[in-house]
Amino acid sequence: MIKRCALALALLALATAGCGDKPQTASTAKKADAKAWESASSPYAAADWKGGDKAAWEAQMRIRAQGQDEYSRSAAAAPAASKTP
Amino acid sequence: MARMKFICDAERCIECNGCVTACKAEHNVPWGVNRRRVVTLNDGVPGEKSISVACMHCSDAPCMAVCPVDCFYRTDEGVVLHDKDICIGCGYCSYACPFGAPQFPTNGTFGLRGKMDKCTFCAGGPEANGSDAEFEKYGRNRLSEGKLPACAEMCSTKALLGGDGDVVSDIFRNRVLVRGKGSEVWGWGTAYGKPTQGTKS
Repeated sequence: MIKRCALALALLALATAGCGDKPQTASTAKKADAKAWESASSPYAAADWKGGDKAAWEAQMRIRAQGQDEYSRSAAAAPAASKTP
Repeated sequence: MARMKFICDAERCIECNGCVTACKAEHNVPWGVNRRRVVTLNDGVPGEKSISVACMHCSDAPCMAVCPVDCFYRTDEGVVLHDKDICIGCGYCSYACPFGAPQFPTNGTFGLRGKMDKCTFCAGGPEANGSDAEFEKYGRNRLSEGKLPACAEMCSTKALLGGDGDVVSDIFRNRVLVRGKGSEVWGWGTAYGKPTQGTKS
C-alpha cells in the first residue's frame, strides 16, 4: 500500500512537473524604455525630489553622487586639496 | 548629459561584500546569480587588493556587438541594458564580456539555462519604470527614484563609487591627491607617526 502511494505521488509529481513554468511569449522587437527622469511619482522616490523634470533629475544625481564624497560631507575634515575647484 | 560609471578604489575596498549583499537584496537576485562580485588578488598575502566588479556599462560594449538577437540597448545616461523578452540565453555576451558580467540563472523545472541577467546600474529595464513587471525581470529602478545604485550608496568605506563619470572621477582624483602614495596611504608611518615627528616620551 505504501509503495503504491509513493509510486502514485511520484507519478503525480512527474506529471505536474511542468506546471510551475510561467508562460512565455516570443518577441523580436525591442521595447522603448522610458527615461529615468520621466517616471511618475513613486512612494520610494528620494526625499525632496519629484520626477518629471530632466534638469531636476540631473541635479539630484549630482547631489546624490556628492554623498559618496566624505570630504564634501564633512567640511571640517576636508583637507586643503579637496577645497580646490 | 550624465554618463553613468562605476569606479572601485582598490586602496579602500575591504572585501566585506556589502555591495554584493546590497545588490542581491535590492533586486531579489536568485541563487546562483551574482550581478556584482568582489575579486581579491593575492588573497591572504600582505598587500592583497580587492575590487568590486560588475557590468561596467562600456561605452563600446562588446556584449551589444555580439548579441545575435540585438537585445541590448544603451540609455541616454550610458547605461547598458537588455530586453529579457528578446534574449534567447545563448551566452555569446558572456564570452564577449571582459568582466564576466552576464549571468545565467539555471531556473526552470529541468535546470535549463535562463535568460541573461546582469547589473542594470539600478536602472531597471524596458518595462514601465517602477512597475511590478520591471521588478520581476530586472529588479528595482533606483535611477527613476532619484537614487544611485544600491551597491555604491551602501559601500561602507566608499570604495565603490557610482554616478556621473565626471563627478565620481573628481571624487576619486581628489581622494588620491589627498591621501598621497606609498607609506602615506597605509603603513607604519600612518599608524604610528613618521620618524621626523620624533618619539613621545
